[in-house]
This record gives sequence, structure tokens and C-alpha cells, in this order.
Amino acid sequence: MRREAPKAITDYAPLLFPALMLIVFFVVPFSTMIAVSFFKRQQGGFYTPDFVLDNYARFLSTFFGTVLGFSLMLAVLVAVCCVAIAFPFTYLLTKRSRKVQTLWLVGLLSVLSLSEVIIGFAWSTLFSRTAGITNLLVALGLMAEPQALLPSFGAVLTGMVYQALPYTILVLYPALVRLDPTLLEAARTLGASPVKAFFNVVTPALRNTIVATLIMVFVFALGSYLLPQILGRPRHWTLSVLITDQAIYQSNMPFAAAMAVFLVLISLALVGLTLLVGRREAAA
Amino acid sequence: MIEKFLRRLYFIAVALFLAAPLIVVLGVSVNERQDLAFPPKGFSLAWYAQIFTDEGWRNALFASVVLALTAAALAVAIALPLAWFLWRRHAPWAHIFQLLGVAPFILPPVITALGLLTFWATTGFYGQPWTAAISHAIFFVTLPLVTLSLGFASIDRSLVEAASTMGADDRTVAKTVVLPLILPYLVSGYAFAFVLSLNEYIVAYMTVGFTMETLPIKIFNALRYGYTPTMASVTVFFVLIAAIVFGLIARFGDIRRLLGAMSSDGK
Repeated sequence: MRREAPKAITDYAPLLFPALMLIVFFVVPFSTMIAVSFFKRQQGGFYTPDFVLDNYARFLSTFFGTVLGFSLMLAVLVAVCCVAIAFPFTYLLTKRSRKVQTLWLVGLLSVLSLSEVIIGFAWSTLFSRTAGITNLLVALGLMAEPQALLPSFGAVLTGMVYQALPYTILVLYPALVRLDPTLLEAARTLGASPVKAFFNVVTPALRNTIVATLIMVFVFALGSYLLPQILGRPRHWTLSVLITDQAIYQSNMPFAAAMAVFLVLISLALVGLTLLVGRREAAA
Repeated sequence: MIEKFLRRLYFIAVALFLAAPLIVVLGVSVNERQDLAFPPKGFSLAWYAQIFTDEGWRNALFASVVLALTAAALAVAIALPLAWFLWRRHAPWAHIFQLLGVAPFILPPVITALGLLTFWATTGFYGQPWTAAISHAIFFVTLPLVTLSLGFASIDRSLVEAASTMGADDRTVAKTVVLPLILPYLVSGYAFAFVLSLNEYIVAYMTVGFTMETLPIKIFNALRYGYTPTMASVTVFFVLIAAIVFGLIARFGDIRRLLGAMSSDGK
């Protein structure tokens, strides 16, 4: 059966419900949010329709600059750590039997689907004084007495790498599993060791995939809204945490919306960049 | 030899990193008394029973399950006709809806959450339980959309052609040929959306956080007032649900294909 262009108006009928839902409950809310970002804030958590740029003007403060700088730095760090761990791992995983792969994928999906609340709670337990990892070090005689490892920057970074690692592996998986096996065979036949073949053949061949994955994980990490709050101090808060805080606890919707619009613009620019990288890969 | 050893070591390290916090939570969840202690002191499953006997936790569990069941069903109801249309018809502009379906999943979640918060507040429905179901359906529509698109792409078009040559109309073809073929993809799309909705915090919190407690909201609220072992048992419970659901998908479907591996590579 060929795909036909819709002829009669009734041919469009299946599109009606999905289109309606997506427009009413995604496009409209999104536009509402943009509109609210220009509204004027009233005392007591309300806001009135207006067109002011005050909410955006607040971006020029050093406080906002610090938060933005920290968010970007943290997201870059998470992306680099994740890809550095995940790339060799995913490569090795695709070389294993189908059964082993399936088992790992089920485990990775289970961790990936975990709520940020749960990941935050689990790591705060692992880093706690009474039930944490330091107890193990004490038992091994490496430490004098157990101590709490949080709140700290290291705890935030670990939690976020934990959250993003399964995502990174699953983003890399299709590219690596489809990698032309003859590429590697050729390298091996010519006498390269598996390690050498990995670094000199596989990695350069997938350079664009690695760049695209770095960007994807960066955007993913930008979205983390609870871990910096649970595992870090207020100075470890990111843009996502700040947006939540302004919207819910400070009841400053217009400012929260303005920051969200800003975050959308960063994310969209980066996603666009990923698509561009992907297109170059397809063309090459 | 040494390479094989190093490879195994690497796998063990990654597995340990992913499992460590869950192992500690598992240990903590069986403490006999209300302490945060690891290794656990004593053994008790009382904190698991509490999920069902304590009224607060039971209500949160019930709210979460109802929300996830309806949101996933709604997500599939949006994704199925859309994916079918894109497969059946040649209409390039309709791909804009596919993009709209994927967008909430790619953007940072706080954005979708805030958009829906302003929307429900503006329309005056803020805090109604059903708004959370619609919000989650939109937020997770990506999952059934992706699995169903894969499913449709895997259908051999000559099968459909044969059916229509034999005189079956569109409706009959859809019911007798297409639906059975995409059913596994439909089920996994539903399952993915269900598990993720069960775990979702920020969208639920921003839409119904002040009127209804889902399990993740309940855990977070409890976390702010200190520690109770029930959080640990609920966490273990959630990991188990996810592992069972994804395990079932792997058992009855091809999870590698769903995650982007080609089906025909022989290994």
C-alpha cells in the first residue's frame, strides 16, 4: 500500500484529536507562559496583564549571572563525565551477547525512570553519616569515624551524573550498535589491538555522535530541578531550581516565566545545534 | 586476558555505581526501628506494610496509580491516531504535530511544568486532579509516539496491500492487519508512559501539588521534615515496579529494537 496524500476532508479526521490536545494543552500553555513573562507582578502572588521588561531586566544582576554561570558549568561537567564513562561502556556493551544487552537495558531503564526525588533520597542516604559509605571506609580501617558527605558540590555532581548516566548510555546505544562491524575488523586485521582500534577507529568515526550526545546530556542536566536542592547548599542551586523556587515559594510567576523562556532559548539553540551536527553526519 | 579482565572490572564498576544507592536504601528499608542505619539493625518488613496500612501513604499510592493509568491511556489515545496518520498519509506538514509531541520531553521538565501551571491557573482549573492526568499525558506523549512510529515503520506494506487487494476497506485493514502488528508497540508505549508518570514529580507538583499528594510528592514532603523508613520501602517498591514492567517488555517484546537497535542483526 502506498502512502496517499489526504484527499477528502474526512481523511484528516484521525488528526483531529491529537492536534487539538497538543495545541490546547501544549502550545497554548507555552504561549501563556511567554505572555506571563511580560506581565507585571502584584504583591501577594498575583500578576496583571501588562507589557513590561522588568522580569527580563533582572537577568542583569550579578546574582542571576552567578546562578546561570554555575548551572552551565555544572551541566557541562555532568555531560563530560557521563559521556567519558558511557561511551566506552556502551561500546563494550554492544559487543556482548543479546541476552546480556537486554539485561543491562532493563536495568538502565529502571534507573532512568526513577523519580528525581528518589534519586536524591537514595544518594542523601548513601552520603549520610549514619548509613553512608563512610561507614564502610571506617570498617575497612581507612577512616577514623564516619562523616556526612553532604551538602556539597561533589554530592550534587555525583547525583546528577547518576541521573544522567543511563540516559547517556541509551542515547549512545543506537549509534554504537549500528556501527559497521567491518570497520573494526579491518583495523584488527591490520594489526591494531582492540584498545587501539577503539581509540583510533571507533572514536573518530563517531565524533559527531559524541558531540551530539554531549549536547543532549547537557540539556538533560540543565533540567535537573531537585538534586541540587537535596544534595547541595543554596549556592549550588541551578536555573531550574531557581525557576521552581520563584514560581512556588516566592510566588513570582512573571520572573519565573521569564527565566523559563530564557532556559527554553538556550535549550532550543543547543537542540538545533545537535540536529545540525546530526545532519552533517548523515551527509558525510 | 588482561583486556577481558579490565572489561569485566569496568562493567562491575558501572553496575556498582548504579546499584550502590539502591542497595543502601534496600538495607535501610528493613531496619527494625525508625533509624537511618546501614548495615540495618534487625530485620523487619513493617515499613513495606506501612505503604498499604498507613492512610497517608496508601492514599498517595492510590493517587499515583490512578494518575499513571489514566495519563498513560490518554497519551496512547493521542499518539495512536497521530502515528497512524503519519504512516498512512503523505502529509509533510503534519510532522509539526510529531515535533510538538516530542518537544515537552526534550525541553527541561520545569518549562512544561511552569507552562501548565500558568495555563491551569489562568483557566481557573488549578488544583483539579484531572488536570494532572492531562498534563502528564502531554508530558509523556513522546513515549507512545516513538514506540508506535517504530511499530508502524516495521509493518511490511505488502501485507496491507494484499489485504486491500482482497477487498478489505481501511477500517477492516486497520482492525485485522495493522492493529495486531502494532499491539506490542502500543503496550510498551503505554508501559513506558505509566512507569514514568508514576515517578514524575515536578509537573504533578506544579499542577496539583497543593491539593493532591502523589507518591513522589509525598516522599519529597516527608524528606523535608526528616526521615521515615517508609520512604526507603516506597523507593524499593518503585524500583521493583520499573524492573518488572521493563523486564516484561523485554520478555515479550524486543527491547533492543525499541531502543534503536536494528532487528535483523544476528547475534
